[in-house]
Amino acid sequence: MTNAMEIYQMLPKTNCKKCGKTSCMAFAVALMARELTADDCPPLIEESKYKENYEKISGLFKTSEGATETGLIVHEDLCFGCGNCVVACPVNVANDPYGVGSGKAPSKTEKLILIIEDGIVKAQNVGECRRFGKNKILCNGCIVTCPVEAIEFV
Amino acid sequence: MEKDYYVCTGCGLLCDDIEVELEKNAVNKVYTACRVGVAHMKEGSRDSAFLVDGKPADEAAAIKEAALILKNAKNPLVFGLGTSTNEAQKLAIELAKKLSATLDDTSSFCLGPVVEALLQEKFKTCTLDDIRHKADVAIFWGADPSDSHPRHLSKFSYFPRGQEKQRGWEEERTAICVDIRKSHTAKICGNYFFQVPQGGDAEFIEALIAGLSGKIPKTSYNYPPKKLLELANILKGAKFGTIFVGLGLLYSLEDLGPLVRLLETLNEKAKGSFHLVPMVGHYNMRGFNENLFAETGYVNSVKFEEGAVKHGPEYSVVEALKAKAVDAALIIGSDPLSSLPRSIAKNLLEIPIITVDPCETLTSRKAKVAIRSGVSGVESGGSATRMDGVEVSFKPIVETNRPSDEEVLKKLMEAL
Ligand code: SF4
Ligand code: SF4
Ligand code: SF4
Ligand code: SF4
Repeated sequence: MTNAMEIYQMLPKTNCKKCGKTSCMAFAVALMARELTADDCPPLIEESKYKENYEKISGLFKTSEGATETGLIVHEDLCFGCGNCVVACPVNVANDPYGVGSGKAPSKTEKLILIIEDGIVKAQNVGECRRFGKNKILCNGCIVTCPVEAIEFV
Repeated sequence: MEKDYYVCTGCGLLCDDIEVELEKNAVNKVYTACRVGVAHMKEGSRDSAFLVDGKPADEAAAIKEAALILKNAKNPLVFGLGTSTNEAQKLAIELAKKLSATLDDTSSFCLGPVVEALLQEKFKTCTLDDIRHKADVAIFWGADPSDSHPRHLSKFSYFPRGQEKQRGWEEERTAICVDIRKSHTAKICGNYFFQVPQGGDAEFIEALIAGLSGKIPKTSYNYPPKKLLELANILKGAKFGTIFVGLGLLYSLEDLGPLVRLLETLNEKAKGSFHLVPMVGHYNMRGFNENLFAETGYVNSVKFEEGAVKHGPEYSVVEALKAKAVDAALIIGSDPLSSLPRSIAKNLLEIPIITVDPCETLTSRKAKVAIRSGVSGVESGGSATRMDGVEVSFKPIVETNRPSDEEVLKKLMEAL
């Protein structure tokens, strides 16, 4: 995935503040964090010379439409349901230590983020994910445990 | 609330925590099973079929024809049974005795020698539950459970919490992989992946033993001694270690000697104890080995003769076919025409074949009598032995009008 710098390169770089941010760089960061979208930069939509860049930036974030609001994407074609991520996710473990936390079927699914349905991982309650919210940390439990890189955050 | 769990017979792990939603007597939704298991459970529900000479026949005619073939044979081969229940396997052993048949399963060219050594108590072993509760070091050697037994690491060997393992895998467990290629499992093991050249396992073991004994570990392929010593040190510090032996390791060893010595050295030098568990693929191959062992003292490759039993490589499916020693074959849940080397499989085409299999296979298409049985563990119940020797019972998930292999064997017995 792209970083904020690459997105910045495609912006008008005028720091006009019309997007409500103090600079184009700040806008790029807000795009990455999914606070804003390309449509929030008026010059980018209005001025034809930015048309190509506008489409590029929109396209970049299109991939995540299937994603949850937190940016978690499951590549269903890659996932084979091994359950590593399910058992390793700290939120899952905390909410169901004797079920999924112990490698077994979930004893209750309501509070879990990751479960396996028909051999493929399903993400739910993603708002509970440690990467988001007020006390977010850079959790990567579900990423490093996956043998096939089927989980991605965009 | 106690949930109604099913057992998955998709591989030797026999996961016993599967939830299933049915619709019109077919599996609709499956929870917790991996993709392999889901495919296996959704496989069932076709009509029963009895074929004689490739043409549909009724059950009685098919059984009669099969019995006739077996009766007329001097030395029939009974082969397969890795995906049959313990009950069916015991019947097949009875049948083989009655017929003075040659009896073998795929373990003779697979993990049979390791299971045999375990049953003869040449290695210390333990259950997968012990591993979940206690193990701090797991070595996957020539095995790639992420592909072959997808839930192995998440259910037992690496990620789950257990009684003495409450703090999680990052802190309390080390997973190590030794293999000739960077497999999916190796990827998860990260820095603890030790890549050996093809056929280099025996030397690697000797070097590791040297390292464990305080000597400099040398290999002809110049494996960095520092890395080997690092591995030796991790193993020395283990409180409860397990080596999961895969086919990759077995095929590269001439005999089990090096492995026996490694386990001995580990148990002598390490803090705690070391165990060995075979990575059995078919859901009940270990069951076959144990059932035959209980009956004869051998795990495979036997020939019954008027109450006596002979054992040796010449009674393995490969050698028996190569020597054209058998004159009919009853094949249960296996497809030797596709799995054996062409030069050997072709001899099978010269003798009458009876197949009992839920699927149409290359072998069943060439069979004189082909019986489509229910999918064991999905359409019929029974018990099986997990890769670690634990017996697991299961009930059918869906109904079928196809007979189980146990029923087919029972009827064959009666007809003889
Ligand atoms: S509105 Fe566009 S051009 Fe203006 S500061 Fe924001 S990102 Fe830059
Ligand atoms: S990032 Fe962490 S908390 Fe979020 S789903 Fe993955 S493992 Fe769970
Ligand atoms: S670890 Fe990867 S392959 Fe396994 S269930 Fe999770 S996403 Fe799927
Ligand atoms: S790991 Fe094996 S037994 Fe478990 S669900 Fe997958 S195929 Fe079935």
